[in-house]
Amino acid sequence: MVVEFKHHQSAHCENGVASNLLRHNGLNLSEPMIFGLGSGIFFVYIPFLKVNHAPAISYRPQPGIIFSRVARRLGIRIKRKKFSDPGDAQKALEENLAGGIPTGLQVGVFHLPYFPDQYRFHFNAHNLVVFGKEKGKYLVSDPVMECTTSLSPEELEKVRYAKGALAPRGQMYFPIHIPENIDLKKAIVKAIKSACSTMLAPVPIVGVKGERLVARKIRKWPEKVGVKTTNHYLAQIVRMQEEIGTGGGGFRYIYAAFLQEAADILEKPELKGLSQEMTAIGDEWRDFALNASRILKNRKAEDGMYQALADQLDGLADREEAFFRKLKKAV
Amino acid sequence: MKKEEVPQDKSNLASANMRELCYAVDKDGNYTTALSTGWEPKTVALDNSIAAIEEWIEEARRRISAGEASPILYFMELNKMDLQVLAGYTGLWAWRVKRHLKPAVFKRLNEKILARYARAFNISVEELKNYKPE
Repeated sequence: MVVEFKHHQSAHCENGVASNLLRHNGLNLSEPMIFGLGSGIFFVYIPFLKVNHAPAISYRPQPGIIFSRVARRLGIRIKRKKFSDPGDAQKALEENLAGGIPTGLQVGVFHLPYFPDQYRFHFNAHNLVVFGKEKGKYLVSDPVMECTTSLSPEELEKVRYAKGALAPRGQMYFPIHIPENIDLKKAIVKAIKSACSTMLAPVPIVGVKGERLVARKIRKWPEKVGVKTTNHYLAQIVRMQEEIGTGGGGFRYIYAAFLQEAADILEKPELKGLSQEMTAIGDEWRDFALNASRILKNRKAEDGMYQALADQLDGLADREEAFFRKLKKAV
Repeated sequence: MKKEEVPQDKSNLASANMRELCYAVDKDGNYTTALSTGWEPKTVALDNSIAAIEEWIEEARRRISAGEASPILYFMELNKMDLQVLAGYTGLWAWRVKRHLKPAVFKRLNEKILARYARAFNISVEELKNYKPE
C-alpha cells in the first residue's frame, strides 16, 4: 500500500512535516509560512538542562508546538496518539496507511540508519512522514532529506521508541479536519504578535533577555569552567544555531522569508523592509558562528576573543529587541 | 544571506549523499531556497563535539583500567549516552544506573540486568562482562 504523497525537502523537520501533510490535504502553505504561523522564532537558555554535557540552548520553541499553534490559529484539528505498546503503534500506523492517510511520526535521530554517523545524537524530537509500505519496508518522507527513503519495521520501531529526554513514545499525528475557509490574515497577525511578546518577554532565560544572559555567561565561562569546557559550550551553541534543520542563522532566515510572504498577504509593504532587516540579523548570527568557530580552531584563544564574542551577542540582542518592537507596531 | 553565498564547503554530509536546504535571497531580494553541502564553521563545531566525546571514551577506559568504573561507563560514552538516556533504554532508574558504574556493584549484577544493558548497547552480555580496555 502506497499513498500518493509529494515530498518537499525543508530546512526544519517539524515545519516540513506540517507543510507536507497540509499540502497533501489540499492546504498549500510553505515551510516559512508554517514557521511564522507557529511563532517559531525563539531563543532560550536552560542552564540546568544539560545536552551532551553542555547547557541547553535553543533557537526554536519546544517540539510539536509549532504545528499545534498553526492548527489552533487556522482551526485545523490534528489527531495525536502515543502508544505504550510498540505493537499497537505499528498496528495503528498500518491502519492509517490502509486508509490512505500519510502519517507524521516523532522519532529519535540516534538510530536513523540514513543519517551520517556524526550527526546521530540522542535527539528525540525529529519528525518524518510514513506514506506507504512496499516489500516489507515503510516508505519514509524525511523532510530534511532530498529524496524519500525507507525503513524496515524493526528500524522504525527503534526510532519510534527512542529513549531519553523528549522520548517519542511512538507518537503519531495527522490532520483530521481542515476548515473550508481559512482566515490567513488574522492568523498571521496573531502569530507575529505572539512571536514579538515571546522574544521581548520579561523572563531572564527567554528571547533577547536570554541572549544577554548567554553573553554574560560567555564572559565568565573561561575563568569559571576553563577554556576547554567553554569551547565545548560554544561548539554546542554553534551547532544548535546552524546544524541541519535551522535553515541557517538560527532560523532567522526562515522567519525573514515568512515576513516577506506575510507582506504580500497582509498588503503591508513595510513588512518587506522588516524582512530585509531580519535577513541582516541572520547574517550577523552567521558571523557570530564564524567568530565562535575561530575561537574553537585557535588553540591559544585569548580572553579578549571571548569578550569580543560576548559583545557581538549583546549587539545581536540589541538589534533583535529593536526589531521586535518595530514588528509589534507594524501589525 | 544571498543565494550565491550559500556555502558549499566540504562536510560529513557528503558521506550520506546529503545536502541541506537553506533560505537565501535572490538577485531581486526575494526569498528562495538553495542546497548546501556544508559550512566550515559548522564542521569545526561538530568536530569539536566529536573530539569531546572521544575524550570521554578515553577517560572511561582509563577509569576502568584503574578499577574506578565498570565497563558500563565505556559503552555508555561510546553510544553518546548519559545516565538519563541509558536509564531510558534499560528501563532502570538513573540512580541505579549510576550505582552500576561502580566495579564492585557491577560484578554482582545478575544476568537479567546485564542483558538489559547489553541490549541497550547492542552487544552480547559476554562482551559487556569481559570488556577490558587495551
